Amino acid sequence: MHSERAALCFLFRYAMEQESGLTVKRLFCTSHSSVDSKEMKKFQHLAHKWWDEEGEYSALHSMNDIRVPFIRYDTLLNTSSNYDLGSPLSGVKILDVGCGGGLLSEPLGRLGASVTGIDPLEDNIRTAEQHKSFDPVLAKRIQYKFSSLEEIVEESMETFDVIVASEVVEHVADLEMFIKCCSQVLKPEGSLFITTISKTQLSYVLGIVVAEKIMGIVPEGTHEWEKFVPPEELEHLLELNGFSVKTVNGMLYNPLSGSWSWMESRSVNYALHAVKSGAQGQSSPTDALSEMGSEQRSATAGTAL
Amino acid sequence: MTPFLLSIPSATIASSLHSFFFPVHVYLLVLGHDIHFRDKKIALLEAGPRKDYDHMPDSYSNRVSSISPGSATLLSSFGAWDHVCSLRLKPFRRMQVWDACSEAMIVFEKDDLDDMGYIVENDVIMSALTKQLDAVADRVEVFYGSRAVGYTWPLSSHRCDTSPWVQIELADGRRLQTKLLIGADGHNSLVRQKAEIKNIEHQYDQSAVVATLHLSEATDNNVAWQRFLPTGPIALLPLSDTASSLVWSTCHEHASELLAMDEESFVDSINSAFWSNVNHSDFIDTAGAMFRSAILLLTPAGTAVRQLPPSVAKADPESRAMFPLGMGHATEYVQHRVALIGDAAHRVHPLAGQGVNLGFGDIECLARHLSAAAFNGSDLGSLRHLLKFETERQRHNVSLIAAIDVLKRLYSTRLTPLVLLRTWGLQATNALPFVKVRLSL
Repeated sequence: MHSERAALCFLFRYAMEQESGLTVKRLFCTSHSSVDSKEMKKFQHLAHKWWDEEGEYSALHSMNDIRVPFIRYDTLLNTSSNYDLGSPLSGVKILDVGCGGGLLSEPLGRLGASVTGIDPLEDNIRTAEQHKSFDPVLAKRIQYKFSSLEEIVEESMETFDVIVASEVVEHVADLEMFIKCCSQVLKPEGSLFITTISKTQLSYVLGIVVAEKIMGIVPEGTHEWEKFVPPEELEHLLELNGFSVKTVNGMLYNPLSGSWSWMESRSVNYALHAVKSGAQGQSSPTDALSEMGSEQRSATAGTAL
Repeated sequence: MTPFLLSIPSATIASSLHSFFFPVHVYLLVLGHDIHFRDKKIALLEAGPRKDYDHMPDSYSNRVSSISPGSATLLSSFGAWDHVCSLRLKPFRRMQVWDACSEAMIVFEKDDLDDMGYIVENDVIMSALTKQLDAVADRVEVFYGSRAVGYTWPLSSHRCDTSPWVQIELADGRRLQTKLLIGADGHNSLVRQKAEIKNIEHQYDQSAVVATLHLSEATDNNVAWQRFLPTGPIALLPLSDTASSLVWSTCHEHASELLAMDEESFVDSINSAFWSNVNHSDFIDTAGAMFRSAILLLTPAGTAVRQLPPSVAKADPESRAMFPLGMGHATEYVQHRVALIGDAAHRVHPLAGQGVNLGFGDIECLARHLSAAAFNGSDLGSLRHLLKFETERQRHNVSLIAAIDVLKRLYSTRLTPLVLLRTWGLQATNALPFVKVRLSL
């Protein structure tokens, strides 16, 4: 399997599926003509739904209740001790990979960050652009770009303080390539936040059988269990590529209350925070600070790591 | 040309002084002081004029509120309580409630000489809030003398071509748009009506007569008195050592009579309402006395002693006024980008002195949820956190509103079985400290 990945990597290609279940395979420097127009129509139907809090993406809306604090908390520990509580992420440059309709870019923008959201689907970017255009504050802080990650690597070397890839890596064909690209656009000691689904029996039952087929929490065909990533594998890949993993927290979705909470087990969904090592792998004082912080948070969230 | 505000306030609050008193300024101040609202703009639409006193006039206003310690804590959380204290207020340490048809009574007091609450003129609260509003003028813009005439609601799921915000049209032609509209515009709330939120309401067959009264002699005057007459409760709330405020709920005809009569008869009516035993019956008195002896056997330490209310000497001539009473409850407190607070969401009988405190409770709760939402970068108008506010407040308010309504009905009768029931109930409650502690919260 790894050799397959290596081969794909060699071709410098990665594929990304959208939350809608549409698969868009994009070759570097090729046109987007491989997109099936029928699938596009199906997606356009869903592109409207990004901002319907009660609709297909309601679980992603409610995930903001825990992923935004997660990103805010760890980012602040990593950057500065002096920040404005009104806009705590002021001055932080964030790249939101696979931003979709901008569900996560907007709250991060409201917290003061300057956010670049990229997505390989033009309709997603159009929806995201449209939605933020009504808010003069966000219009200044967020910019969206119809692009894949590797397409911006060259122009964005060591540009971002933070990369957010939320519910994205389970759709990525070449994970290691993806991580390498992240590392390239991240400043030294920058943070990478990932939320995704683990690869366990339980995640198959809950993530695909229950969530897609029985309860319809996410549209059918959204996920392929084969691509789910166990936290150990993700950690290993990150460490191999010059990241040090700070935090891995389990997440639990309660479909009855429609809300997310932290939990000890990482067997279904989990959130991960990794920091790109500084020059020559020197451990910086902020690493220790961040570790302390994650311990504190996991204690309050009742999560043992 | 219609001026159109380009900057979109994070929250806009529609209020109305003409409706039943409700200090919407509080909400703004809470947000204005909240650290997570540092860069948020808030607009306040106020139908009335600016009210700001450096000194209160000698005469007391006839519109007063009983402020609970919890509400006082809210007011002091952003500095307004200091202004209230420096202007005028009267703390009370004890509350005595008793029945005109029997000897039954209940006394609330704090063991540690703490204040049970404060009687504060509404004008004092408004003035204190106005002063504090000036301190957050960079974030909070107040439109005095402005009235909203129309609201345009956004679709709940965002469509590409329409504005996602609430549009507000003012009487002078100006237009505003906001991410969250908070309706604090009283029990006839226009926001509630325009949002088509159902309101369960009932007009009581009672009006409240208010007046500022002067006592025959100076006392500590630190007790709030209330007696349940078959026609409705009469309450005497302390304003100073020599002055008290009257809130007398009674049938509409009697209220009109009270308003029309000369001062001497008015004062006599008040005194006899507090002192007369014409509604007593021997049977109830005997049954009540027996029950009290039984309680004494169980709790030898005895229950609180009865105190006698002060007698009234005269009433301020200009202060007599009446207004009709009713109850109401909105079936929903929130919708997409809309929240109702205070009397717009719930209206209660003044017998428990809870109307304004329920409203302050709404404010504390809404501000807490909005602050958390702001710190998470959420859209303030999102139903996600507004629903949390609704659930929390409805859970609290509905039981209290129902209890106040039941009390009002239970005490509006002379029927012997009900009088006996409420007599024993009140006596038993008075003997059970832990129940009382819960009631007085």
